[in-house]
Formats: sequence, structure tokens, C-alpha cells
Amino acid sequence: MKELTIISGKGGTGKTSIVGSFASLAKNFVLADTDVDAADLHLIIEPEIKQSNDFMGGHKAIIDPERCTQCGDCLERCQFNAIEDYTIDGIACEGCGVCVHFCPSDAIDFPQRKCGEWFISNTAYGPMVHARLGIAEENSGLLVSTVRKAARDLAEQEKRELIIADGSPGIGCPVIASITGATAILIVTEPTLSGLHDLKRVAELANFLKIPAMLCINKFDLNSDMSDQLLTAAIEYQLTAVGKVPYDPSVTRAMVSGKSPIDYSDGPASQAIRKVWDNVSSFLNAQ
Amino acid sequence: MKIAVASGKGGTGKTTISVNIAMSLPPPVQLLDCDVEEPNAHIFLKPENTETFDVSRMVPEVDLDKCDYCGACGDICEFKAITVLKDATVMTFHEMCHGCKGCVMVCPHQAIRAIDRIFGQLVKGNSRHVECIHGLLNVGEAMSPPLIDRVQQEIWDDGITIIDAPPGTSCPMIETVRRTDYVILVTEPTPFGLNDLKLAVEAVRLLKIPFGIVINRSDIGDQQVIKYAKEEQIPVLMEIPHSRKIAEAYSRGELMIDIMPEMKKQFQQMIEQIIKQEAR
Repeated sequence: MKELTIISGKGGTGKTSIVGSFASLAKNFVLADTDVDAADLHLIIEPEIKQSNDFMGGHKAIIDPERCTQCGDCLERCQFNAIEDYTIDGIACEGCGVCVHFCPSDAIDFPQRKCGEWFISNTAYGPMVHARLGIAEENSGLLVSTVRKAARDLAEQEKRELIIADGSPGIGCPVIASITGATAILIVTEPTLSGLHDLKRVAELANFLKIPAMLCINKFDLNSDMSDQLLTAAIEYQLTAVGKVPYDPSVTRAMVSGKSPIDYSDGPASQAIRKVWDNVSSFLNAQ
Repeated sequence: MKIAVASGKGGTGKTTISVNIAMSLPPPVQLLDCDVEEPNAHIFLKPENTETFDVSRMVPEVDLDKCDYCGACGDICEFKAITVLKDATVMTFHEMCHGCKGCVMVCPHQAIRAIDRIFGQLVKGNSRHVECIHGLLNVGEAMSPPLIDRVQQEIWDDGITIIDAPPGTSCPMIETVRRTDYVILVTEPTPFGLNDLKLAVEAVRLLKIPFGIVINRSDIGDQQVIKYAKEEQIPVLMEIPHSRKIAEAYSRGELMIDIMPEMKKQFQQMIEQIIKQEAR
């Protein structure tokens, strides 16, 4: 079984539109949306939820005023300035449990909390695993790992050969959780100075984690000099260039009509994405 | 006044809006880029006279001569950052450590001490009249909130601070906006933009911070964002139409107000309006 994760470093480069298109082009696969923080894939894939599961994340400390003697032990121990007037600020609390462990009056409760939900769904293209992290919740990395495991289990059960996962922007916790151990990643970038800057960092992460990586340049015709610079960076970081997609207003129209670019039209972007997919498939087969 | 520029979705124009606001305002003004995973503001501001500082956080170091492998450190750690293996060794995973010092406090033999570990950098400089500060998380590090916290220690007491936030609505975004006075949510009028805007609105409402929205590339999609803003009575602070000229300038790392100087006044008025409204 192979696992392809699509990431970008910089946000808004077109990851999700490309993943949605791959869903139309690939065969015998499981889709996974590992962008649990701002998931969008469901907007163009229309999953029909078959199974919902609570995601139990970390704990939060809560002081019981009845039992609290206001001795101040917790105030001294908390490294996150989360305690004021013997009340714990749930946003600042990291859930480390140090105050709970040391409280001489056992006055601090430490319930595990539901931090989100994850789902197994049917789509017109095949099964999909996706999730929603609660607002302002932590542990996105753990939820990403949960989604990936569920997608792998599902692929095994249904004898599906491939997992296609939509990732999140950045290079931190959820991204590391979404690409560690993947067969390969596809980085979708754009020809801007910001895109180049962010590509280098995410490529460095891929090299650091030793994951084979491909590069796709979206809206390459916005700035062709910059596209060339992206290709130079690809060589430097050993990324396999798998194609360039032109700027095409029908991509936005596709999104507005709730479809992937491929399902919406056979415009220049869709034609380019088909070629990208062929190259991505060959790359995956060679791994 | 501390004004954060945030969005649920990435790539909506947070950085563009932040840097152009900062450069449009009279001094004293500072710009903090808290998207420490992928900071971009400096690409547009090109700060001069930059100084770079290493930023470290506390992680445990175990003295095995004092350790009797009792396992108390592993038991107290909620983040699986320290674990005792088969009475023979103690493994630490510094990238998982949140720096709570629980292991240091609980060890009965004082065998664990907190040491500093560099995990990112802070860069300070100036661009025209704007003080520019950004954080840069080391590649391979998972946790950005402690670095965001460090960047925010640079906030002035007076003057205006514009804060470029990371995308999303989880810990990095919350850490960035939770101590600010106002949040500008940047979105685009598409289903993805609207979906992620709603998540961001939920987040700032939870934090009880006043906010308004800026619709970038306001003519590319549909009317649903405007409709949503009306229904929810959220002020639309500004609409910026899509323009190839702006997109190309962006791609070269140029400021919008340099190619369209008339925008400067709009950014100034938007901030004046926010300040007036919040003073009431």
C-alpha cells in the first residue's frame, strides 16, 4: 500500500483543488483529509458520513473551589501562567497535569476532553477519512495520526492500493504528523517569492525526514522567472518536478460549484493536472 | 493597540494586508510576523539593520548516575517526551516536550534538570519607519507556540502593533491572537474561504475579541461571504478586487501601496475606524 500526501508550505496554493482532481483520476484508493484544522476537501467531494468517532485529545486542569485551600502550590509550579485567582484559564492551560499531581489537597480535576471528531465516509470516488479539530483545540498532530491510521486500516480491509491525503500548510506539528512515514509527498507551490521561501523550508523538512518528494507549480504563468527559480530549488532539494498548472479562472468556478477542476471542465488547468497525475503515478510506482 | 491579521484558510492575503497596513500608518508602528513556520512578511518589508537572536526553551536533561529508573518522570509526562526503558536507560524526546518541568519536579533523586534548547530564531530590523520582528522555527521542530510567545514579548506598550498570524484555528493561531485587542479576518469569497472564515469567527468569538473582515480578491467567487457577514452582523472593513497587477507585484515581493498608492489611504482609514470604534 502506498501513501501520497499533498502539502505546500505556504497556504492557499491549490492543494485541495489538486487533491480533489486526483480523486477523479486515481483508481482503487482511500482519500484522507489530514488538514484537520481547516479542512476543505469535503466541500468538493461531498462525503456521506457512515461513521463518526469522538477524538479524545488531551486533558485540562480544573480547580474545585470547594476543595482548594488557596495554598499557592499550583501557581508556583505552572510554567504557562494559566492560573489566576485560583481559576485555570482553559486557553492557556497546556494540559501538563503538573498542578494536578502536586496539589496537596487533591483539589484539581483533570478530565480528558473531546477535542474533535473524525469520520469515515463514502464518496463518489471511494471511501474517505476526514476530521474536524474543535475550535482552539490542541493535539492536531494526534488527530492527523488518527486519520492516517484509520485510512490505512480501511485501505487494508478493502484491499485498496493507495492513500491520497490532503495535508495542511506550514512545517510544524500537523505537517510532520501527516508526512512522517509516507511513501512520497507532492508539494504544490506557486511562483511567488513567498512560495519560494516556504517551498525551501518544507523541502528541507522532507529531506530531514527522508521522504521522497515531488513538486508541482500551480499558476506557473503568473511569474515565469519565479517558476524557473522554483525549478532550480527543486534540483537543489532533490524534488522531482511533476508538472506546471496554468492560472485558469475555471478552477475558482469549479470550487464555487462544489466540484474539482477535473469534474468541472476540461480547461487548461484540468489538462495540466491530468499530466501531473500521470507523472505522480509513475513516481509512486517506482517507489 | 494590538491588531492581529488572521484567517482560517491559508493564502487569503494575511501577509499582504498586514505589511501594507503597517507601511501605511504613521510611526510608531511595529509589525510582528507570528507565522513562525512560514514567515513571509520580511519578504515584502526587506528589513534593514537586522539582528538575529537564538530562541530556546526548557527541556529535561537526565543525570543517569543519580537515576534509579523509578519511572516517575515518564508517569507524570503527558506528552510522551520522557520515558524509562527496562531499568536501563531514560529516553527523552525534546521535540515533544512542552516545558512543564513536571519531570524535574517529580524526580525523587533530583536527577533531572531543565536545560535550554535552541528551537528557533527571532529576527529584528527596520523597514522605513516600521519596526519588523519575525520568528523562524527551526525545520523539524513541531511546536511553534513557545516561539510565538517569544515574538510577542517584543510588543510595545504604546503605538500600533500589527500582528501577522499563522493560518488555522488551533494552537498557533490562538496563541497569536489571544492577547490582541482586535482581529482582522482576511478571507476570499469562495466556498473554501467561507468555510474557513466561519471557523476563524468561532475562534475569535470564543476568545471574546472584537473583529471585522477584509474580503480579498472580492470579485472572484460568489456572494456567500457577504451574505454571511450580513447575517452575522460582522463589519466588512474592506474589499479588495482581484487584480493581475497586485498578484504579479505580490509574486515579486512588492508592496501593494507602492504600485497602487491610492490604497494607502484606504488602509489608514480602516485602522482609524477600528481605533475609533474600539475607543467607544
